[in-house]
Amino acid sequence: MSPAAVKSTSRNVARLHPLPLRVMHWMNTAAIFIMIGSGWRIYNDDVIFGWLYFPDFLVIGKWAQYGLQWHFFGMWIFVLNGLAYLTYGIVTGRFQQKLFPISLREILATVGDALHFRLSHEDLTVYNAVQKILYLGVILVGILIVITGLCLWKPVQFSELSGLFGNFQTIRLIHFLCMSAIAAFVLVHVTLAMLVPQSLLAMLTGGPIVGDALAGEAREPPVAEPAAETTP
Amino acid sequence: MRARTPSIFRPQKPIDRGAIRESRALVNEFNRRKLLRGALTLGALTLLTGCDVSEENSVQKALRAVSSWNDAVQAAIFRSDHLAPTFSPSQVVKPPRFNAYYDIDDVKPVDGATWKLEFAGLIKDKRPWTAQQIYQLPEQELIIRHICVEGWDYIGQWSGPNLRAFLTRIGADLTAKYVYFICNDDFTESIDMASALHPQTILATKYAGQFITDPFGYPLRLRTAVKLGYKNAKWIKAIEVTNTFRPTFWSKQGEDWYAGI
Repeated sequence: MSPAAVKSTSRNVARLHPLPLRVMHWMNTAAIFIMIGSGWRIYNDDVIFGWLYFPDFLVIGKWAQYGLQWHFFGMWIFVLNGLAYLTYGIVTGRFQQKLFPISLREILATVGDALHFRLSHEDLTVYNAVQKILYLGVILVGILIVITGLCLWKPVQFSELSGLFGNFQTIRLIHFLCMSAIAAFVLVHVTLAMLVPQSLLAMLTGGPIVGDALAGEAREPPVAEPAAETTP
Repeated sequence: MRARTPSIFRPQKPIDRGAIRESRALVNEFNRRKLLRGALTLGALTLLTGCDVSEENSVQKALRAVSSWNDAVQAAIFRSDHLAPTFSPSQVVKPPRFNAYYDIDDVKPVDGATWKLEFAGLIKDKRPWTAQQIYQLPEQELIIRHICVEGWDYIGQWSGPNLRAFLTRIGADLTAKYVYFICNDDFTESIDMASALHPQTILATKYAGQFITDPFGYPLRLRTAVKLGYKNAKWIKAIEVTNTFRPTFWSKQGEDWYAGI
């Protein structure tokens, strides 16, 4: 990359997290917050597990019907934003570039490194194998939770789809397990973002410059910037 | 009022839902009538009920607007000829599961001998029907899944005259928008005409081949395969066909009006 590219205004350079991606990330954060909080309210009205009730201070909506109102409001943000994100990831080649390929050898090596506390966070632009699996996994779970959500909302109108998953309570259980997986992901994701604050900062400011915007993010291989330039 | 807070002392089995519905309905009803708000200060109200007053106002307004939009979406994706899954008699739960905004012990039985079904609105022949007259009509049997908005479900076996055939017979305007059900317990519920005309919507008089018992809507109730449980009005005493929308018992409480499944 030429020094000119680095010095040029932010409009002309591609950063690790381009603006549309950052907007979608934080929209999704709000949507997940609404969906899980209101989902717990709805769950409490008829629990799946007799030992599990979500405390009132953690749920959204004073009554179950308010929880439902929030849920059916949040679903639009979650689904529309999610569709935009999937389209963006595929069209710009970001998924291809960031999440693939994933090799078993690489996964084992990353797990080994993690266990020895040797994981490198110097370069935010390249995801390790475990990150790739988690990001890909949570995207797939996100798709499944929308599909099972549709089946719970419209078990008769979409009876063909609902029939693939089983009876109504089975679909509720799958929907709940998807929520649990997303909640677990959020826990790990937020913890790691706190441990590596520059990754959180990157999702706010865009992070390190990875290429010329005109050349297109997808075509440029990620370039590890010297530390001085990565810190905005 | 029994607040639903989690506790290790909580019984393993879900507590009686009738009571929950009752409390919820009562408190919401009070709020709606501004009785509490009028009689007490805001601070006292918050202390007493722990309720977030803002949720009753601007936030509620916005969320209900989204809910109305969702109702339009639900109507748009409704498939008028698509049949709900049906089941075999061996899967039927007996007796059906009770649900109302009050407890099963508070059900006021209807006297079938003097009961009459009355009519209002866009209906040509408004002569009331007795139970005996309704029993003479051809019966349709539905073995379908009842899904409650709370999350539980069961398979029930309902029979009685098909609503579309009945509305046609009494000369109802089938191009009108809504069919209202006025019930013996002052409960009101309404459904859109498309759902009323769905082939799996009936005026049920029997459950599992026997006359419906008092807690479940004797002598006449609505049973439709395309709506959540609470839309299926029990103890119907009058039917009105109209183009005018009026909020119904549960939609006043913030539950979704369309409530299609």
